[in-house]
Amino acid sequence: MHLIAPLLRRPAAAAVLSLFGILIFYVVFGGVNLGTLAGAASWLNFAANLGIVAIPVGLLMISGEIDISIGAMIPAGSMTTAIISGYYELPIFFGMLGAIGVGVIVGTINGLLAIRTTVPSLIITLGTLVAMQGIILSASKLLTGEASVAITAPDWSKFIFGQLIGGSHQVIIVWWVAIAAIFWFVAHQSRYGNWIFAMGGDRESARNAGIPVDRMTIILFILTATSASFVGMCQAILFNSAQVSGGMNIIFNVIVSVVVGGVILTGGFGSVIGIVIGTLTFAIVSQGIYFTQIDRNWSNLIIGAMLLIAVLMNDTFRKLATIGSLSKK
Amino acid sequence: MSQPAPVIELRDVNKSFGPIDVLHDISLKVNKGEVLCLLGDNGAGKSTLIKTLAGVHKPTSGEILLDGNRLSFDRPKDAQDIGIATVHQFGGTFPLMSIGRSFFAGVEPTKGFGPFKVYDRARANQIAVKAVQDFGITRIDDGDRLVGGLSGGERQSLAIARAVHFGARVLILDEPTAALGVKQAAHVLRIVNEAKKRGLAVIFITHQVMHAMAVGDHFAVLIRGAIAADFRKGEKSREEIADLMAGGESMAELEANIGN
Amino acid sequence: MAPKSPNSRARASKLGALARRPEAGTFLGMLVVYVFFATLGGAVFLGAPGWSSFLNMAAEVGIIALPVGLLMIAGELDISVGAVLPASSLTVAIISGHYDLPTHYGIFGGLFVGLLVGFVNGFLVTRTTIPSLIITIGTMFGVMGLTLGLTVLIAGSTGVFMTPDPMARTLLGQFIGGMFQVTIFWWAGFIAVVYYVLHISPWGNWIFALGGDRESARNAGIPTQRVTVALYMSSGFAAAFVGVAQVLTFQSAQVAAGQAFIFNSIMCAVIGGVLLTGGAGSVIGIVLGTLTFAIVNQGIFFSGLDPNYGSVIIGALLLAAVLSNDGFRTLAMRYAAKKT
Repeated sequence: MHLIAPLLRRPAAAAVLSLFGILIFYVVFGGVNLGTLAGAASWLNFAANLGIVAIPVGLLMISGEIDISIGAMIPAGSMTTAIISGYYELPIFFGMLGAIGVGVIVGTINGLLAIRTTVPSLIITLGTLVAMQGIILSASKLLTGEASVAITAPDWSKFIFGQLIGGSHQVIIVWWVAIAAIFWFVAHQSRYGNWIFAMGGDRESARNAGIPVDRMTIILFILTATSASFVGMCQAILFNSAQVSGGMNIIFNVIVSVVVGGVILTGGFGSVIGIVIGTLTFAIVSQGIYFTQIDRNWSNLIIGAMLLIAVLMNDTFRKLATIGSLSKK
Repeated sequence: MSQPAPVIELRDVNKSFGPIDVLHDISLKVNKGEVLCLLGDNGAGKSTLIKTLAGVHKPTSGEILLDGNRLSFDRPKDAQDIGIATVHQFGGTFPLMSIGRSFFAGVEPTKGFGPFKVYDRARANQIAVKAVQDFGITRIDDGDRLVGGLSGGERQSLAIARAVHFGARVLILDEPTAALGVKQAAHVLRIVNEAKKRGLAVIFITHQVMHAMAVGDHFAVLIRGAIAADFRKGEKSREEIADLMAGGESMAELEANIGN
Repeated sequence: MAPKSPNSRARASKLGALARRPEAGTFLGMLVVYVFFATLGGAVFLGAPGWSSFLNMAAEVGIIALPVGLLMIAGELDISVGAVLPASSLTVAIISGHYDLPTHYGIFGGLFVGLLVGFVNGFLVTRTTIPSLIITIGTMFGVMGLTLGLTVLIAGSTGVFMTPDPMARTLLGQFIGGMFQVTIFWWAGFIAVVYYVLHISPWGNWIFALGGDRESARNAGIPTQRVTVALYMSSGFAAAFVGVAQVLTFQSAQVAAGQAFIFNSIMCAVIGGVLLTGGAGSVIGIVLGTLTFAIVNQGIFFSGLDPNYGSVIIGALLLAAVLSNDGFRTLAMRYAAKKT
């Protein structure tokens, strides 16, 4: 028991249990072949696209804020890349720069509004979400006359951002692993990570302790917006086209992944590993259902149930973690 | 023989927010190793005074001196750097963080170099636990445990130990015992005495007369933003102090006003 | 020269007090927006086509925005409304269309679905420490999944048709004068009821208290759990009602409908002065916010501008509204402090 207790106190605990729970559920009730599932790329591709956005959003939530404008930033990234390098046929480098640039601009706006006003970040990013949706669509119509744009990226960019390894696995999976590793280091091994947790725990105390709270907030918002536009950029390069629509679902998918992963909404607690496992779990529920005999129309029901169970587990484990801090008298 | 300058002194400090005057001509002195108890009912201006000392507000007029030198801070970090540490009523310790991380928030020890500086967990835990145990809390032995698992009194003690460790010369405690039970309050008061012994100047804000009398060398009563009374230990009785805090009316007058 | 009479001074201060109310800002915003689109849209927008288009939209979003606004005042959120709406539409369509039972059975079924989901939401929010944002995202997914799964299972497709009987049609599904949806009158009814609850009945104060400080509210003897469950059941009911009205009006129900209402209802409430953090807001404000939202949304089609600019305007409007609400509140506080 003494070995298990410290493990349960980690933020990722419930995520790991959820992952095993889903796998067992799919095997027992869905007759899934784990070997086939492991070899399949669909859920892993889905997880990578979701995961790259989920990690910075999760860190932002740990710092006490939230960003729902990511729902518009993915199509923003893909459209910017496609319009610059597909429609206007400029070198792909400019398209990529544009996509990242759009992320930086929107993230900065979100961050500035968050620190300069008392408006909650949910409302701010709701505003930017709606505004960006309009901007993308009107810009696209204005510049190209269409709602979807084609792009053929040069081979080197396809190799780095848009290839299918072995014909099935998107190279963005490699990016996801790399990004996860970097963020893991920053969040859990560096001082800056401690600052993020402090901000989420008690913003004023963090500020009084000398932590540059405002700067960190803007940086985090830039990271969330840019990670989303980066994913959009990779999608444009991979699929040779970009659409204006799409991306709304990702808002709730990210929140579910992050929360299942152990991040609490009010901030101050969570882990990058938890977010990664939460993302994997979500992807397996959502895409793995195709490998089972369960009708895929039930997938959302399973997601809803999993979210509630995982959050309850997280809650319980966290209470154990605080109570368990009392050593024997 | 000249006396050393008081560690911290306020001279004719006034603070107004627009048309609202909150503090009037506050003059206070605290010497090394002394505890000044600032008593006052709610609404007397205590929190504005603390925030002014902590660097959150700038005085509208008047001076704050440390060791006889004029001070001016623009933000709380400045006050902290100079050595004025404020421990607030509720936390200021981060409940979901480990003791080690919470202790060193903002000033984390690192090992390694360049962009790969790694937070030195082992060292942080070791120093934090030692600092807290030096103050007499022996129950805490693992820096990885979460702060949220500590009792209210232990959390206050952690915050005070932290302030002392980082070289505070002045310790401002804002209602540290308000939310605590008797045993825990005693714990915190013991730690205040320890801080006193180490030569800090302590400003102890409270509305609980008993606690103030247990540790105070010097008392000031704040009523409607002004110092209504200023006396040393032993000069007034408990009843007299309580009356002063209640607005200067004695219990008898109060009862008469209620219509008993 | 005669000195100013006490009456005129009283009148002047009354006008001043009116101007300082947060709804004044929302009203001003609505006027500005209306004038803007009226200028661009001309006679058509000023006439029946204009009025009917934004009133129709306002009514649907408005019915849901009212209880969602109440929940926000009480300090909670409800994301599941986006899934309850199609769930209730499909319930009506399946009961009365697929199974061919009398229309009112379907209507009761649809409304019941809303009440049931609301109850589950309220139960989970009050019995666990999980934030309502997360819980209602969970129920949203759950209801979406159930809706899709059951619809495909029973009806074999993701859309179901039905023909409502004439009485139901008249009450809930007709277009008055061919343009104005009868839902507008139902909206007026909802406004009256919610206004009574929030501003006249004692329960309104309970809702504000919940949003201000839940613990203090409970200590003051307010049955916080019951109030919360009741609020969630009313938001579920409202979403279900709109779903019922929609299916009776358009005679078909789709699985994918309703998502837009999630954020639209929140926006209407926020533009109307409801604080996300809880404890402040008013029914008039929510109604004005809903009208403002609808005017922009629909006015853009009459203006000749690219419709997509509508979203940009709404986003900017949202932020402007929240910032100015903040400004009004600070002004009001400062004035109150001066008086003492």
